[in-house]
Amino acid sequence: MVNMTINLILLFALILVALWTVMTIRLIRSIVGLALTSAILSVIMYRLHSPLAAVFELSVCSGLISVIFVTTVSFTQRISKEKLRIRRKERLLKFWYLPVILIATAVMLCQHLLTPQFTLPLLVPAQGLGVRDLLWSCRHLDLLGQVVMLLAGAFGVVILFKESRK
Amino acid sequence: MLSLFILIPLLLLFILNLPVKFIRQGAFGLVGLLLSVQILAALLHSLFPWSAFPEILGSFFIFSLAVDNLTLVMLLTIGTVALVSLIVAASTIGQERLRFYFVNLLLICVIGMNAIVLVRDIFSLYVFIEIVSVSSFILIALERNKSAIEGTFKYLMLSAMATVFILSGIACFLLAAGDLSFVSIHSAFYDPAASFILKVAASLFLCGLFIKAGVAPFHGWVMDAYLASPASVSVLLAGVATKISGVYVLLRLFGSVFIVNAPLQNIILFAGAFSIVLGALAALTQDDLKRMLAYSSISQIGYIILALGCATPLAFAGAVFHFFNHAIFKSLLFVNAAALEKRFGSTDMNKLAGQGYKMPVTGITSLMGVLSTAGIPPLSGFWSKLIIILALFSSGRFVYAGIALLASVLTLAYFLVFQRRIFFCKSELQEPALENPGKISRALGFSEISLAIITVVTGAVFVFMPGNWIMPLKGIFW
Amino acid sequence: MSQSALQLFCTFGIFIILLLITGAYCMFVSFNLIRVLIGFEILIKAVTLLIICAGYVCGRTALAQAIVITLIVIEIVVMVVAGGVALWAYRHNKTIDPRKLSNLKG
Repeated sequence: MVNMTINLILLFALILVALWTVMTIRLIRSIVGLALTSAILSVIMYRLHSPLAAVFELSVCSGLISVIFVTTVSFTQRISKEKLRIRRKERLLKFWYLPVILIATAVMLCQHLLTPQFTLPLLVPAQGLGVRDLLWSCRHLDLLGQVVMLLAGAFGVVILFKESRK
Repeated sequence: MLSLFILIPLLLLFILNLPVKFIRQGAFGLVGLLLSVQILAALLHSLFPWSAFPEILGSFFIFSLAVDNLTLVMLLTIGTVALVSLIVAASTIGQERLRFYFVNLLLICVIGMNAIVLVRDIFSLYVFIEIVSVSSFILIALERNKSAIEGTFKYLMLSAMATVFILSGIACFLLAAGDLSFVSIHSAFYDPAASFILKVAASLFLCGLFIKAGVAPFHGWVMDAYLASPASVSVLLAGVATKISGVYVLLRLFGSVFIVNAPLQNIILFAGAFSIVLGALAALTQDDLKRMLAYSSISQIGYIILALGCATPLAFAGAVFHFFNHAIFKSLLFVNAAALEKRFGSTDMNKLAGQGYKMPVTGITSLMGVLSTAGIPPLSGFWSKLIIILALFSSGRFVYAGIALLASVLTLAYFLVFQRRIFFCKSELQEPALENPGKISRALGFSEISLAIITVVTGAVFVFMPGNWIMPLKGIFW
Repeated sequence: MSQSALQLFCTFGIFIILLLITGAYCMFVSFNLIRVLIGFEILIKAVTLLIICAGYVCGRTALAQAIVITLIVIEIVVMVVAGGVALWAYRHNKTIDPRKLSNLKG
């Protein structure tokens, strides 16, 4: 029971931080909010018995992606105060739908899902491989895919980020 | 032996990036050689079954790859269209730096596509689908002109939605089957306790793959992506990249892994018919050549999806044959568009009207492509459409068969209008003052002629050997 | 499958769907290309949580973690390429407003 309560608190925190990330006006605060969402997600994953994925998520998504975002944003210009005020008004107008939609969906889903009407199959217990052994002995194709993906990303960076010399 | 299809291009990629001068200059030739070897290997498999050889690095890597007849047809298609795209790039891309990037990205795309057709595990399939998508984004953005921005961004956003759908489907399969290889998922369909989860998962996959394949109503990105990309990239995208990562995966999964029930089949049939009609009607009103070809592409994909929804072995064989034919004749038409663009500097049909008589090779091959798309005997397009329509009749879906027939007539209409406007009437006006009217290079002409020959020969040969081609394809369908 | 595991999955499922809606909303209704990327990030996080939760419920935590690790690597590369496209759009159009990317008509 305590377990479920802690999980629920974490999930609520996740949704609230994600909502703040989407609705806040300044971009830098959005990026900080994204990093915070990753941190909370990482704690939830740790509680769901997935420590390795939690560490990866924390280091990569909280750290690396925020650095990438801040770098990209730093290449663009600051918007002026005038535009900021206009944008604030536009934003509030468009974005207040979101919490309303979320609360409505949550209420609707609670009624359906709290007494679930489907069943899940009973599976044979898995072989007792740890994550590292699984990754390095059974899923070589995924590792090859990651290598090729990183190469493609390297080419993308070279082609897209270079200033064109005119 | 099978992993060589993935490992050899990867090795070539590393070699091409070494700072040795003569390798860089010979880059196009090396990649062309590799693709020719792939085409030959796919064609000669029945004479010389190389898939029975053990893996070369079998003690280090365990790749769960497998080959069957569907894979062979796909490997042949990938090799052919990539080779044609390479030839078009050699003629149209001028800058040295861009040529080099194109070759490297083409190699990455080919690695991804080869792996998609060879793997037997659903998550590895997703990884390589993403590789093909990312290399397509970068290829569209290659020349960095203004109009490519919107195309790339729309493609990115819709691809992101497709990713979310596909991954949710994979999570549901993990829940239902415990293991992600095709065999375990297939056997999970026989378990009654898992049926709800599996239905949800199959629908999620369907949505995601429809977005990737460009089936209406998810076709919003197809237009801008094909239009904004440089000529050789259009050939690659239209011929193979989007088709393999969308339509082949649909054929493989919904043909032999998932067991679909009637409501889902009806949805697939409806989406197919909708695509056919939407593509045909929209192509009638287009003024720009590439846009017309893009809508025609959507229409032809609709035929394949219609055959998939029909779910009989004959329909499935027709779908695979039409896939191959579509890759050939669509690439031919896009190569012609590239030739026209290179010679006259634009693809607007109003500007090109009446000028095409100066390019006889392009005109004749374009006529072959047009007749094949519309389904005129004895070209190959006729046979594949005939098989699909026969399969629809024999399974009792007369309305859909009628729609397919009527759309064929529409296809003939808009393509003949295009052919007549550009190639068959002589305009008295001077050639408009478009910049740099270069002559069409010999390489483009060679690729056009060879693609046209393939279309004609496939159609002619098919009359004599239906048993040899169709029966093996039928055997894949469970 | 035990009832409590199903209960857990459904609870997590509700929150995952809410997170998906948040991410999708951010992606399609925003004035700034960078925010579109943030929306995409939130979507991927929701799907990551779904995969881990599915793995926990059926006992296959090792496979789920292997999937998530590969997924995170792929997501980085897609994010970098998307960031590159946003940057290139900024340099050409001097704005990162997706409503202004209307060079292609029709």
